[in-house]
Amino acid sequence: MAIDKGTVKYVAHLARIELDAKELEKLSGQLQGILDFIDRLKKVDIKNIPPTSHISPIKNVLREDKPRQSLPVGKALENAPDKQGSFFGVPKVIE
Amino acid sequence: MKLNELTAHELIEKLNKKEINSDEILTALDKRIKEADSKVKAYIRLDGSLVSNLQPTTYNLQPILKGIPISIKDNICTQGFNTECCSKILQGFKPPYDATVIARLKEAGASVLSVKTNMDEFAFGSSTENSYFGPTHNPYDLQRVPGGSSGGSAAAVAADEAVWALGSDTGGSIRQPASFCGVVGLKPTYGRVSRYGLIAFASSLDQIGPLTKDVEDAALLMNIIAGYDLCDSTSVNAEVPDYTRSLGKDIQGIKIAIPKEYFIEGIDKEVKEIVWEAVEKLKELGAQHSEVSLTHTEYAVPVYYLIATAEASSNLARFDGVQYGFRAKNLRPKTKNQLIDMYTQTRGDGFGQEAKRRIILGTFALSHGYYDAYYLRALKVRTLIKQDFDGIFNNFDCIATPTSPTSAFKIGEKTKDPLKMYLSDIYTISVNLAGIPAISLPCGFTKKGLPVGLQIMAKPFNEEMIFRVAHAYEQSTPWHTMRPKL
Repeated sequence: MAIDKGTVKYVAHLARIELDAKELEKLSGQLQGILDFIDRLKKVDIKNIPPTSHISPIKNVLREDKPRQSLPVGKALENAPDKQGSFFGVPKVIE
Repeated sequence: MKLNELTAHELIEKLNKKEINSDEILTALDKRIKEADSKVKAYIRLDGSLVSNLQPTTYNLQPILKGIPISIKDNICTQGFNTECCSKILQGFKPPYDATVIARLKEAGASVLSVKTNMDEFAFGSSTENSYFGPTHNPYDLQRVPGGSSGGSAAAVAADEAVWALGSDTGGSIRQPASFCGVVGLKPTYGRVSRYGLIAFASSLDQIGPLTKDVEDAALLMNIIAGYDLCDSTSVNAEVPDYTRSLGKDIQGIKIAIPKEYFIEGIDKEVKEIVWEAVEKLKELGAQHSEVSLTHTEYAVPVYYLIATAEASSNLARFDGVQYGFRAKNLRPKTKNQLIDMYTQTRGDGFGQEAKRRIILGTFALSHGYYDAYYLRALKVRTLIKQDFDGIFNNFDCIATPTSPTSAFKIGEKTKDPLKMYLSDIYTISVNLAGIPAISLPCGFTKKGLPVGLQIMAKPFNEEMIFRVAHAYEQSTPWHTMRPKL
């Protein structure tokens, strides 16, 4: 499966990662190599094989709908690069 | 012997007899770190005091550790003390809570070191060369890697700069560095140890585990950290046995499977010979071994690099400069949206090369048009890999393999081609895909004096079998008493 620079640029944007021109070039080459290697999975017969997304024999893990102690606002904001009151501060989004 | 050179179980004995106190252990450790760490670089942010405080909580654990220090990998949250996953993007992060394993250790009386051990950024790597702080050096040969991603923890234990340590393992990140550094490293069954407070890489593969000087210490540490946790919905509510009860037992009649796919091309000749000698030793001790086939072994690395990177792309979406860590300033106006520019530039500047590579690969595998061919296909092959192991464990007690196809490689040797690095995980990776437990323990040295690791795997929740076999092997060999000459 061929992966061109345009695809890598598009996917990088989906992942919200900015790449400079040099990085884009290098990464596209490396990703092509990795995908070529991954292509061997096409040889496997997966007919009627269910996917495994979770490896242990447990499901539907729920708890009682009772409020518990949660992180106080002050603590939640402690590591923030920018905070305003009880909010995380970010560059303006709305015009 | 100096106090930092002893195992935890030896220190407990001395503490119980009141021959020493825990401050003396800390002093010895501090001295050793000052002596050796400028060469080994197992620790990061080595400024200020070593230790964090003791705090009892509620896990019903007896404080048997009486202040024995433990070293922690930089991706495990320690309340109030920097936990940065050795990445620029999380710089300065001080978690507002302790990981469950940390709380359990504190309740058991451990002194949790506030200074963390080095790792590949976000656990992306097999050499600890991807750390924002630079590589750790293998104490057996400072020009070589300690393995990764828990290279700092493994090197610290090997160099007696730690009594014992915690690491994390997603594709071999405890076991491979254990094998490169000549120490013991265990990846527990998936769901055995809580992941709450472990900064996630791949949520269906990650596990926290011990890195220790001998098998008994690993069993002791497992007794403390294993157990059901309400805060981790993937944690399994199964009883934790006393793992030390598995030590000192014979292995008469234990049936060991030797998968032929782990001894073919790509393995270093010396490593193969040394591991075979270990297998023969197990036979001498009364076990039986037979060759088996794990037919889908050749697909494990590609399956892993689809599933793990897909999960990583999701788990690392949170690092965007908003809540913690690094945020890009003086934004370059690339889109019309300043917030998006902040995200893309924070992540572009804040993540290292390997992190970007994996996130983009994972995003691609999950994206529209490629999901079925890549991610979904990988999930199905994962089922086949798991079935291979289930089949073997119907007829055998455990599986023995080399931990790694080579001994420690030189720093810089595999960094040019990411694929070359990925292939070094070939013997450890299937274990995480199948969710089974596995240990690496030292089984010899190459002619260049580099450690070689033997890996023993067992079926889910059968760490007892692993401890039994590993301990029997260890006690009949000298490897666990050997230390590097620094």
